[in-house]
Formats: sequence, C-alpha cells, structure tokens
Amino acid sequence: MSYGLFLMSRVCNFMSDITKELHTEHMVINMGPSHPVTHGTVKFVVTLDGETIVNFEVEIGYLHRGFEKMCESGLWEQAFPYTDRLNYVSSMINNVGYALAVEKLIGIDTPERCKYIRVIVSELSRLSDHFTNVAASGLELGAFTAFLYFVEARDLIWDLLESICGARLTSNYVRIGGLKNDLPEGFKGHTARVFKRCRELWIDVDKLLTKNRIFLDRVRDVGIMSPDDAIAYGFTGPCLRASGVPYDVRKAQPYLVYDRMDFEIPIGEKGDNFDRYLVRMEEINQSMRIVEQALDNIPDGPINVDMPEYRWQSKDDIYTKIESVIFHFKTVVEGIKPPEGEVYFAVEGGNGELGFYLVSNGSGKPYKCRVRPPCFPLTAAMPKMVTGSLIADVVPTFDMINMIGGECDR
Amino acid sequence: MIADLIEAVAKILFIFGVNMGFFAPVLGWVERKQSAVMQDRVGANRADIFGFTLIGLLHPVADTIKLLTKEDFIPAGANKLFHTLAPFITLTPALIAFSVIPFGGQYEIYGHTINLVIADLDVGILFIFAFASLSIYGVVLGGWSSNNNWSFLGAMRASAQMLSYEVAMGLAIIGVIMVYGSLRLTDIGAMQENFFKWGIFLQPIGFILFIACATAENKRIPFDIPEAETEIVAGYFTEYSSMKFIMFWMAEFLEMITIAGIITTLFLGAWHIPFISSKMLLSLFSFAGANGATILVMLTNIATFFTKIIFMIWFQMTIRWTLPRFRYDQMMKLGWKILLPLSLINIFITGLVLLL
Amino acid sequence: MELSITLKKLKERFHNSIIDIHSFRGDDTAIVKKEDILRITKFLRDDEELLYNFMMDLTAVDYLGREPRFEVVYHLYSLKYNKRVRIKAPVPEQDCTIDSIISIWIAADWFEREAYDLYGIIFKGHPNLKRILLYEGFKGYPLRKDYPVRKRQPLIGPEN
Repeated sequence: MSYGLFLMSRVCNFMSDITKELHTEHMVINMGPSHPVTHGTVKFVVTLDGETIVNFEVEIGYLHRGFEKMCESGLWEQAFPYTDRLNYVSSMINNVGYALAVEKLIGIDTPERCKYIRVIVSELSRLSDHFTNVAASGLELGAFTAFLYFVEARDLIWDLLESICGARLTSNYVRIGGLKNDLPEGFKGHTARVFKRCRELWIDVDKLLTKNRIFLDRVRDVGIMSPDDAIAYGFTGPCLRASGVPYDVRKAQPYLVYDRMDFEIPIGEKGDNFDRYLVRMEEINQSMRIVEQALDNIPDGPINVDMPEYRWQSKDDIYTKIESVIFHFKTVVEGIKPPEGEVYFAVEGGNGELGFYLVSNGSGKPYKCRVRPPCFPLTAAMPKMVTGSLIADVVPTFDMINMIGGECDR
Repeated sequence: MIADLIEAVAKILFIFGVNMGFFAPVLGWVERKQSAVMQDRVGANRADIFGFTLIGLLHPVADTIKLLTKEDFIPAGANKLFHTLAPFITLTPALIAFSVIPFGGQYEIYGHTINLVIADLDVGILFIFAFASLSIYGVVLGGWSSNNNWSFLGAMRASAQMLSYEVAMGLAIIGVIMVYGSLRLTDIGAMQENFFKWGIFLQPIGFILFIACATAENKRIPFDIPEAETEIVAGYFTEYSSMKFIMFWMAEFLEMITIAGIITTLFLGAWHIPFISSKMLLSLFSFAGANGATILVMLTNIATFFTKIIFMIWFQMTIRWTLPRFRYDQMMKLGWKILLPLSLINIFITGLVLLL
Repeated sequence: MELSITLKKLKERFHNSIIDIHSFRGDDTAIVKKEDILRITKFLRDDEELLYNFMMDLTAVDYLGREPRFEVVYHLYSLKYNKRVRIKAPVPEQDCTIDSIISIWIAADWFEREAYDLYGIIFKGHPNLKRILLYEGFKGYPLRKDYPVRKRQPLIGPEN
C-alpha cells in the first residue's frame, strides 16, 4: 500500500517535471482579410495558445473609400448612391435614414403615403439583412442547406425591391422630400406571395437550426455580452436586444409611421450568440407583420412634398410651368440649400442605430455628412467577446455581430 | 491455378474499376446533385460536349481535366518529400481497405469455387482498422510539411480526432464480433442470411456508434473539424493543388465507400436480400440451369450489395448537407465521454445477453 | 426659450465651462471647453436625472478658417429618459489635443481612433491611438478641409 503511494507520488513528480520542461510558445496567425470567415473585409491578428485565443486584434479599413469626403464634394442629393453602399445588404434603410436626416435639417414633413412606403422599404431591407445574417450563420458553421434556404428568401425580397426601384442591391430609391416613384401595380399581391414562401422557408430553417443540438452547442454560451458591457461598448440593434436591453429606435423615438404599427421587439436573456440568432429570427416575423400592416393601411395621395425648391416637381409641371422649370434648373445645378445648422438623426438599421450627423453651411453641398455605423462598435467589441475562447468560436461570434464592411469602414 | 489467378485479377479489376472508375467520380456528381435537391437548386449542369450536358455527368470529367492541368504548387519552405508523399499515404489505405470486404458469397460455378472477396483474411476487420489508421499519417504529414499555420492546426486537429475516434469505432464493432463470433468478414456476411439476424437488429447501438465514429474518421460534417473551411481555411490540405488535391478528395470518397461497405457487411446483411434466402433465389432462377442460376444469384447478390452501399453513401451525404459542424472541444468530449463509454456499455450488455 | 433639463443642469453645474448652448431642430447641444470634457461627460453619464449611458457617436468637424478650427462632437443617449444630447468641444489647430473619454465609455476606443485617423486630433490618454481605417504610413488627414480630394498618396510596400 505505502509502496503504491510512493510510486504514485514519484509518477506525479515526474509528470509535473514534464509540464515544467515542456517548451510551448504562442502562435500568431493572421485571420483574414482573405479568410473564409472574414469575407475579405477585416483582419484578425490572433495569438493562439493551442486552440485558445490569448490575444485578439481586429484590423478594419479594407473597404474604406472615404464616404464622408465623397459626400462633402457632391450635392446633398448626390449622397444617396453613396449611402446605398454603406450597409449594402439593407441599402434602403440607409437611403431612408439619410433622407430623414436632411428633411429634419430642412424642417419638412413628407406626405403620409411617402412615409408608409418608406416604412415598407425599410422593413423589406431589414428582412433581407436578417435573412442574410442568419443564413450566413448557418453556412459558417457548416450547415450549407440552411444558408441556401434563407438566400432564396432574400432573393424573393430582392425581387420585391427590384419591382419597386429597379435595382436589387444598390437601390438609390429615396429622395429628399419624397421618393423616386410610387409602388408598382399589384405590389400587395406580390408581397403576399413572397411572404408566404418566406414563412415556409423560415419554418424550414427554424427546424434545421433552432433545436439542432450541434448548432445549439456551437452558439450557446459563446460571445456573451452582459447588458452593462453591451451598453458600455455602444451596442445597438439586435445584438443589444439579445443582451436584454429593450432599445429599438423604432419604439424609443418613432419616426415615419412606426408609432402606428403594431409590432414587438424581441429581447434576449443572456446576450450570447444563440440569443442574437433568436432575436433576428423573431425580428424577421415582426418585420413581415409591419410590412403587411403598412400595405393594409397605406393611404392614397402624393409621394413627394410640394416644395419645388427641395423636391423636383413632376415632369408634367416642369414642362408646362415656368416656375417649375426655374426651380428644377436651380436644384439640379446648385443643389438644394438647407439652412445653416446641424442635426443628428437615427433610424433603426439592420444592425442597430444608424445615425446621420449632418452639418450644413447653407450651401448646396453637405459641410459634413457623418454616418454612425452600427456595426463599428460591435466589431470593436470582438476582442472582448472571443478572448479566452476557442478559435472556432470566432466564427459564430463574428457572424452574429453581422459586420458589414461597407458600413464599418465607410 | 490459372483459374484462381484470373479470378483474383478479375475481382481486383472489378473493385478497382467500380471504386476508382465509377464511384469516386460519380460520387462527386451525386454529392452535388444530392445537395442541389436538398437546397432547391439545379446543381451542376454546365459542362457539355457538343451541347450534351448529360444532366451534369460530365462535370467529374471536366473537374479532372481542370485539376490535372493546374499548376502543382509546393509552397516555399515546405518539405517537398513529405508534401508529395502525404496524398499517396492518404489514398493508398483507402483503396486497400476495400480488399477484405466481401461483395458476394461463395459460389460453385462449373466446379470452380468463387469467393467474392479479394483477400479473404481471417482478421478482416482488424486489417481494415490497421489501414484506416495509416491514413492519419498522410493527413498529419500533409499538414505539417505544408509550412502553413492553418495546415498545421488542421493536422493537429485531425490527428487528435482520428486517434480518439479510432478507439470508439473499434469498440463499437466488438459487439458485432462477439455476436457473430468471427473476425472474418465473409463469415459475418454469410451469417446474416436471415433478415432478423442482421447486425442492425442485433447491435442497434453499435450501428449508431459506428456510423458516428466512421463519419468522424472520414472527417465529414458534422465532424469535419480538421478541414473546417470557415475556421482554418481548408485544414491540412490548404496548400495542395492539382493532382495532389484530387487525391485527398478521392481518398475522402473512397473512405466513404469503404465505410458504407463495412456498414453493409456488418450491419445491413451484406449481400443478402431481406426475406429471400439464397435457396429461394436459386429456385427462382432454376430456369437457367444449375450454373446459370448460380451466376444469376451471384449477380443479384453483387447488385444487392452495391445497392446497399449506394444507400449508405446517400445517407452519409444527407447527414453532410443537414448538420452544422462541432467545435473541437465538443467533438473530443463527444468521442471520449459519450461514444467511448456507450460502446463499452454496449460490449458489456452484449456479453451479458450472450452469456444468458 | 425653454431649456431642456439636460442643458439646464449642465448650465447650473458647469457654467464656467459651457461656451454656448442651443437646440436646433430639437437637438440639445452644448459647446463646452475641451479641458472639462472628462468632467462633463462623467457627470452626464452618472447624474441620476440624466443617465446618458450610451455614447452613440464621436466625430470631429473641421471648420477651416474659423478659430478654433476643430470641434469634437459627442452624441450621447440616455436609455432611461430616452433623450439625446450633443456635446461639442472646440479644439484649436495649434493644440490639437483633447482628453480621451475611453475611461467613461469603452465604446469611445475606436471612435477616437477614427477621429485621430481622419482629422489628426490627438486623444490624450488613449491606450492605442493609431490609424484604424487608413493604413500606417498614410500621409495627412483626409477629412480635413485642406486635404485635396484628388491627392495621391505615396506608394508603400513591405520594407524589404
């Protein structure tokens, strides 16, 4: 007996000697920008101890193209195509946000029909954003089938957007004080058909992922952010709500006609990736509800404000009235001229609060056109969320913050 | 003597032809079409000769030509010898392992006994395991010699995964061996003539355990951690291109066939058709004379065997396109803490039942 | 003009550091001295009646030709009272520095790096103040008004 103990202690000593003398070193690897999970838009410098992340640095800027500088060198209305390319998965929300910010700066209110249509296109864009995000979360964990189901749904949504404005990705649809054109004929029926199919696909993906043990294991308890941390890091949108903070710009400071819509904002409990996934899945349903309500209640009427110094009048007027021609000429050549001042206006983008901070010096060009990108602070919190976990956990976490290069890097 | 030689050569050519010439390329096509069906897509249908696409069947040909004509790239700082050796070490065991799997029973034709297996070893299962573990060397060598961090990580993951699942896999089929009392695969196959004596009924837990472990051995989703493309790019074969890449790729498909073959032999009644014994078959084909009937029975059995293999391959592909992948630590936990104890319990219960 | 509670409290508490306040289009704005930015933001975050717990945005504006030339702009949001406020701190070109508020909101980390990157404003006390959107080796600060739109940058490459 005592001999056995002696032997045991000898073995233990020997083992501890081994661990002491074992020479290990950390491995530094560059994850990205051309790495499958980083989508070519970001680079992680990861220090690994085996498979565990010891240090994690994020380098962004690969898609930086000087959004602000470009906006400053163009007219106010010429910024719309640039805003399309911010969050290119939900470009309409960027359009709407910028238009609303400029309208706040000018101090105009758009007609009812225009507001409803803006709500519809915003929610359709949010759908496309969430579909893409949830789909990609499946893809990156290896569930390729779930990915393609939601990509089909996104494609149907893009068909709808295409029928509205003629473009699928870069819409350039909203104008200051109005819209480019009205909804097409039979849009309501088209939407109903698309949503029917989207709901079927939603159920399929729900079955494939939500109760899938492997998926749960991968996303649950990974990338946890407590409510306090999330607020301190400036989280907004689905990621903040997943942490249990009920902040949604659509509810907190309703713009357009969101106060008339009946919808709920889902809240997570833990703030892990699974909550983010669930929040997005539920927001898909809520967005579809909003679009249906808006289509049911949309009034008839004009879609543009009747202020020729800010919004072009119809071609009929331009061809027949001398004032309209003059205003048209002036707004095209010199641009609209908002009063001097500065405003900040926030809308709920696909990833969170999308704010525009505009400074006008009274000229036809923006003096400053700053956008507050929602995924910028989310990406900044990546080191906090993944340090100490395994390298495989980078995948769901990075996917669930839904970093969109065009928006983060501007 | 010469008849034996001809028989052996014919069998080798048959298996080689079926595996390399039919399954390996066609599986690539099946995999694409299968996933396409599951995902509401059309799938591969573009490669054509004079406008005939043959529902995409030409894609394997196009792929092969493309990969053969690509540059065979060896990264700077790589160990050239091992880098070149690795795909061969991976491919060869995958090919050889099939040689002990019987694809039919024993038949008396014109006074000559034909045993439809290339090498009827009395330790057939052990032979398969021995060669399956050899393929680890190819993976580890490939990952280590590429001089790439991702490959290195992939090789580490692969070696850990394959070694730990080898244990559970070996234990999972001990139950089968205990039930049938033989290590010789032809014996095990012959004993499953009665439908209710199939391994899947006698060893249901062993069947599930074996499928799980075999998928892990083959490194396919949900166990494709060594080559998880969103985490470590392509794992151990990140730096491979051209023919060497296709060899890794073919090894994966061949292993799939081998796994399907083992599952068929051990659990799914080998070459037997449910409820129809060889005698019934013989009487059914009696119109062709004694030898003709035997030949027809033999062909039926071969067809049955490969139908089952195709079914199992289809099953593996369905899993592949349905599930996400595990995380490294979760997979190790599953292997050591769930599959291994379960297989031990399975052995224990089998032993108890056999004793009573 | 009726002042909002935020501006009123700010004015009471920091009347020496407030340069100006206004509410254009309903956006409460306070222009403060840059020396007191830490004290003011801390007060805004911690005061029971304000609780501006979100730092939504941090950027800078270049008013070329005006003195002081730069303004660092903070947008804060109070979740509890559902209010926003904008704090602006003028920064002169000669002393292009301001205290980092990273100790108050960790979110300011990347926003300050971005403002440094594009405007060249130094945030004192920032632990990792380096370029974020642009690359190391970029010459100049592109969002300054005197940076030409079509300016070319020197080619950089690996050192060896």
